[in-house]
Amino acid sequence: MKADTDTTARRPNQRPELAAIDDETMRSVLRKMHLIRKFEEAAEASYMRGLIHGTMHLSIGQEASAVGATLALMDEDYILSTHRGHGHCIAKGAEPARMFAEFFGKENGYCRGRGGSMHIADVDGGNLGANGIVGGGLPIAVGVGMSIKAQKLDRVAVVFFGDGASNEGAFHEALNMASIWKLPILFVCENNKYGMSMDIGRAMAVPNVADRAVAYAMPGVVVDGNDLPAVAAVAREAAERARAGGGPTLIECKTYRLRGHSKSDRNLYRTKEEIEDWRNRCPIRRLEAELVAHERFTPEVLMTIEEAAQAEIDTALDFAKASPDPDPKDLTRDVYAD
Amino acid sequence: MSTLTEAPVESAVRELTYAEAIREALAIAMEADERVFLFGEDVGVYGGAFGVSGDLVHRFGTERVIDTPISELGIAGAAVGAAITGMKPVLEIQFSDFVTLAMEQIVNQAAKIRFMFGGKAKVPMVVRLPGGSGTGAAAQHSQSLEAWFAHVPGLKVIQPSSPHDAKGMLLSAIDDPNPVLIFEHKLLYKTKGHVPEGDYRVPIGKAAVRREGRDLTIVGSSIMAVRAAAAAEKLAEEGIDAEVIDLRSLRPIDFDTIAASVRKTHRLMVVYEGVKTMGIGAEISAMIAESDVFDFLDAPIVRLGGAEVPLPYNPVLEKAAVPQEDDILTAARRLARGDA
Ligand SMILES: Cc1ncc(C[n+]2csc(CCOP(=O)(O)OP(=O)(O)O)c2C)c(N)n1
Ligand SMILES: [Mg+2]
Repeated sequence: MKADTDTTARRPNQRPELAAIDDETMRSVLRKMHLIRKFEEAAEASYMRGLIHGTMHLSIGQEASAVGATLALMDEDYILSTHRGHGHCIAKGAEPARMFAEFFGKENGYCRGRGGSMHIADVDGGNLGANGIVGGGLPIAVGVGMSIKAQKLDRVAVVFFGDGASNEGAFHEALNMASIWKLPILFVCENNKYGMSMDIGRAMAVPNVADRAVAYAMPGVVVDGNDLPAVAAVAREAAERARAGGGPTLIECKTYRLRGHSKSDRNLYRTKEEIEDWRNRCPIRRLEAELVAHERFTPEVLMTIEEAAQAEIDTALDFAKASPDPDPKDLTRDVYAD
Repeated sequence: MSTLTEAPVESAVRELTYAEAIREALAIAMEADERVFLFGEDVGVYGGAFGVSGDLVHRFGTERVIDTPISELGIAGAAVGAAITGMKPVLEIQFSDFVTLAMEQIVNQAAKIRFMFGGKAKVPMVVRLPGGSGTGAAAQHSQSLEAWFAHVPGLKVIQPSSPHDAKGMLLSAIDDPNPVLIFEHKLLYKTKGHVPEGDYRVPIGKAAVRREGRDLTIVGSSIMAVRAAAAAEKLAEEGIDAEVIDLRSLRPIDFDTIAASVRKTHRLMVVYEGVKTMGIGAEISAMIAESDVFDFLDAPIVRLGGAEVPLPYNPVLEKAAVPQEDDILTAARRLARGDA
């Protein structure tokens, strides 16, 4: 906890999850949530203007789970992400400029323009990659956990996945192995109610993904995924348990994606009212309101943080647009390691 | 239900897209036979990731157009189980790349059950697989894996190139008492062409000569047959007379049509989107080399296949990784004129 400049201690009526995050950390949390939101808004706009090829999956509305679940992580810890991974990537500390460059297929993008939105990885930053295969990261996380254990490292791995992914065999196989070998893994399910058009109620026989933890004898925790301090508290406890050798935890963040599944989604499977209802539960505005109510930040300060994030995104976008394209002569480079 | 081998060309010219033609085939099959049902991820109210199933759920209900959880291995196995007990499932794998998760049930079970059980069971199922590159979907959503399955006895593998054939071949596939995999190129879904009304069949295992020519034979299927036909028109303007064979079916493969053509043209080029090495080109080349047709060759066979690389995201690299019309032109000129 920071000393005098920190208002945390002066606000004893806060819930403990909120009080646990000091002001400096909170600034970083807000900055990242805004960066994610604005990164994706800019990505969407670029797509609409025909500047981006392919498709993309936006996590607008899910910023709290990405930032909250990674808040207790150290630089050396790992994450494994999904097709809807921009938020995870920024939360783990990636530079938006190099993410945009990847998005634009440029040589100085995180994957040198080879991977695109669905495969952004920042291996040096501990992000072992977004994944185009639903559930693809789950068994990989088991191996990461084994590696951490074998090398006696003080690290944990957070693997993100969706509600839909929990119906793949890979999910069940991964949880079982992680549990029998007590691996330091946080299985973070972002349950946004749908796997593409499939309502979780039609896709699963149990109401909560976390209920499935019982079958693998690990703690299964349901948390409001749009409540940043709550997600952060649950993840912190799970990370501490993992580091102490207590094994994996399944965390289910109940959240919602405000945009369509991808660019071709006509939202035929849900109502406007439902989307509107969740728009009012925006995790960023909700956190800001709570911070103002407890007089930890003034609206003016919050505005400054948001504007700074917007400026960062604008600069990042310019960087990407001005970046060089890959040289077609390098087409088959990096298929094998030397 | 009247069954024609090939639709009469003189019937009213009605154009459909490739996606609409497939949907029409599904509707005809489901109307004609209660045992036919469609299932897969988002095939219901979403209408399919590429809009192929469209409104079928509203016409046939959720008992026959079934949204599944994201469980490729499970749904492929469910298709096998339904097929061996009297149903005729049509399964959509959302992107053909995800068939890798369903491999076990298709390769170890569906393909082998009839043989292993001494001919006592049959597996009449169809797997629809949207594949191919060109949409910026990158390495895990752009592959052409058809050759993998063409390697498996017990499976049939087809790759129609036109709306006409897509409808006629899918109807043949649904009727077939064996597991049939139909690879549908994503870039073809919006292409239009003449599609006759009603029920007709295009046989599995029969190639089509799309253009007759004397100077060289170009063999391809799916989008490569389309690119080869377009290239052949340009070659004709330059005085090169190419014969274009649309393979349509990889297993069984119609070697007779290829052989007859090469006996005439003496030059062969095979074009395919899958990775060049160990692919369709290798098989066709070897079939020629093993047969008397080998003696008719006036030049080495040319294989034009995908680059030895996962599909890149960057659009320039993506195009460079797969044969384009220009690549076919260049290679055909070289082969026809002998200039290396
Ligand atoms: C193995 C596999 N099956 C299907 C898909 C197509 N697909 C991509 S995302 C998606 C929905 C995933 O749902 P969920 O896991 O809940 O994640 P969300 O998209 O909601 O974030 C589907 C069906 C895929 N990419 N990989
Ligand atoms: Mg989901």
